[in-house]
Amino acid sequence: MADIHSVIGTKNKKGQTYTDTWKLMNEAPRTPSFYTGSEVIKEAVRRASCDVMIAYPITPQSEAAALIGELFAEGYIGDYFRGESEFAVMSQCAGAAFGGARVFTTTAGPGTMRAMENFPMWSGARLPIQMIVTCRGINSPLSIQPDTLEIAYLLNTGMLVWHAETAQDFFDWILKGYMVSEEPDVHLPLALCCDGFFVTHTKDVVNLTPADMCLPPYDPYRSPVPCMDMECPPVRMMRDPFVMKSNYISYATHASWQQEVWAAVERSRKHSIKWLNGLIDVENADAEIMLLASGTAVSQSREAIRLLEDEGVRCGLVKVKTLRPWPEEEIREATKNAKHIFVPEFNVTGWLAKELKATVPNHERVHAGPRVAGGMTMPPEIIVNEIKTTLGLKKSFVMAGRGS
Amino acid sequence: MSQYRVLPGPEHFLPPAAASMGIQLPNPGEAHINGVITSEEKAYEEAAKQFLMAKVPTLFPGPLILWAWNEKAAKKATAIRHLYNTLKECVQPGQKPMLIPMPDYRPKYPKINPEVEINPNHPNLTIWHNKIDCCMFIGVHCHQANLSLKIIRGGTSCYTIAMCAQAGHEDAMLSFRDASVEKIMTLADWVRKLKGTVQPRLTSAKSGASN
Repeated sequence: MADIHSVIGTKNKKGQTYTDTWKLMNEAPRTPSFYTGSEVIKEAVRRASCDVMIAYPITPQSEAAALIGELFAEGYIGDYFRGESEFAVMSQCAGAAFGGARVFTTTAGPGTMRAMENFPMWSGARLPIQMIVTCRGINSPLSIQPDTLEIAYLLNTGMLVWHAETAQDFFDWILKGYMVSEEPDVHLPLALCCDGFFVTHTKDVVNLTPADMCLPPYDPYRSPVPCMDMECPPVRMMRDPFVMKSNYISYATHASWQQEVWAAVERSRKHSIKWLNGLIDVENADAEIMLLASGTAVSQSREAIRLLEDEGVRCGLVKVKTLRPWPEEEIREATKNAKHIFVPEFNVTGWLAKELKATVPNHERVHAGPRVAGGMTMPPEIIVNEIKTTLGLKKSFVMAGRGS
Repeated sequence: MSQYRVLPGPEHFLPPAAASMGIQLPNPGEAHINGVITSEEKAYEEAAKQFLMAKVPTLFPGPLILWAWNEKAAKKATAIRHLYNTLKECVQPGQKPMLIPMPDYRPKYPKINPEVEINPNHPNLTIWHNKIDCCMFIGVHCHQANLSLKIIRGGTSCYTIAMCAQAGHEDAMLSFRDASVEKIMTLADWVRKLKGTVQPRLTSAKSGASN
């Protein structure tokens, strides 16, 4: 049986030193590097002591998946292969995780949707797999462009769902994500989402930890379920589900099982707060006008706030880092002074605004927009206009649609 | 801080997970009683009192300490046997300590034999059959332990204790974390220390409306 603490300070086969994760993330020197988001994923995985990565090509995550293949060739990952489809990949990830491996995968858009059946299975089986979701359009007609609608489908799978704003978030959260999701009282899969292309295909300065330091390995003996016991749930659920028995006890057991998965999501709060320095970030908390956003909509909101400040309109910002666990109390507190809360989103349904409306008192304060979708950008000026229109102020910008 | 308290049931047709009600797990060096974080010392004393009050105090060792699959497990199993023997020595006439294993998590069809084992999918059957009014889980994988603890709270009035090797259990009425041989032996010492100072209950566990 591996004792994680006993390996700290020793080296892996690539000469990387297993390092206490808190020290790695908070005390180790950082090197500024100019990378795309996909390259950042590769660099995080290089340091993550992953046992298995399973890939399948779908834009915009294909580049990251291919780059991780290079890591395998270099010897940084135990095993790496291409599945037959996203559904197969996620099933294969489950198999590897059942066997006690630290597993990493990436997907996007229709790939996420195709594999969807696996995600509640991962959660129910308490498998701490990490899946990067580089969000893109999911509906017909085909679009490969950024769109965050798929996140809405992930919210009720029982997975942890985090939404990165920048490549720096991505780098840090991939490593920290394993620390949260592998806690024995959590032990759930993590969907670490970002807005495709905006994050994956643009270059940014990212402060990287030393490449010769890596996470301690995963210890499957800390799992809340036995690993790979074919006779016991959760593995047995796949071939002889006790829920198929028609009696009260079977139903009650399954209900209790589901509750336990969501209890584990709740337990992740404490760990997520520790590692992410809170589930939300707040700027100008006393402002009467607040913007609440996740992903790259946060960056656009920041710029809108700057533009509004130039005109004497003061706004605050809530950056939502974790969607599951949902930072209910934090958001209530952060928005208690707000008379208006605007929610810019890169999807057509406005799932974040709906979550917010179900959270805050006096939800008529919530303005579900502006929203764009299908790959459209969100110029900060449209956020400014949305706010000024609502407040009855004269618009600062004429924002015409393309082609007009 | 949550107003919810983790108390003996029968609580509800489908009781909530305590974590969903805002109950948090103790940090290292702490324990909880009814969902309120407390010192380990206080928890030892309360657990010992509950054992000595119970008509049928019962230990449920799980697969992590059964089967002697490593040296640590074997030592814990020996410590549990010591705690059981201590209970037998310290209870009064009319009290009946039991040691019932949870050997695995397989659903048992058509029906579990509640005289010889407990199962996480229908733990209430073993509680009801043996009229167990205080029990302690040890060596059960956390997910399966929480499953059991919730179902027991839902349908019985049994007082539940968890001696967890990981982070503890909010769904128990009292929970230790980072269980070790030393902690089990300390609990046995507390049972011996309180021998004769606790009035046993005369009635055993009640079943709920959901049986």
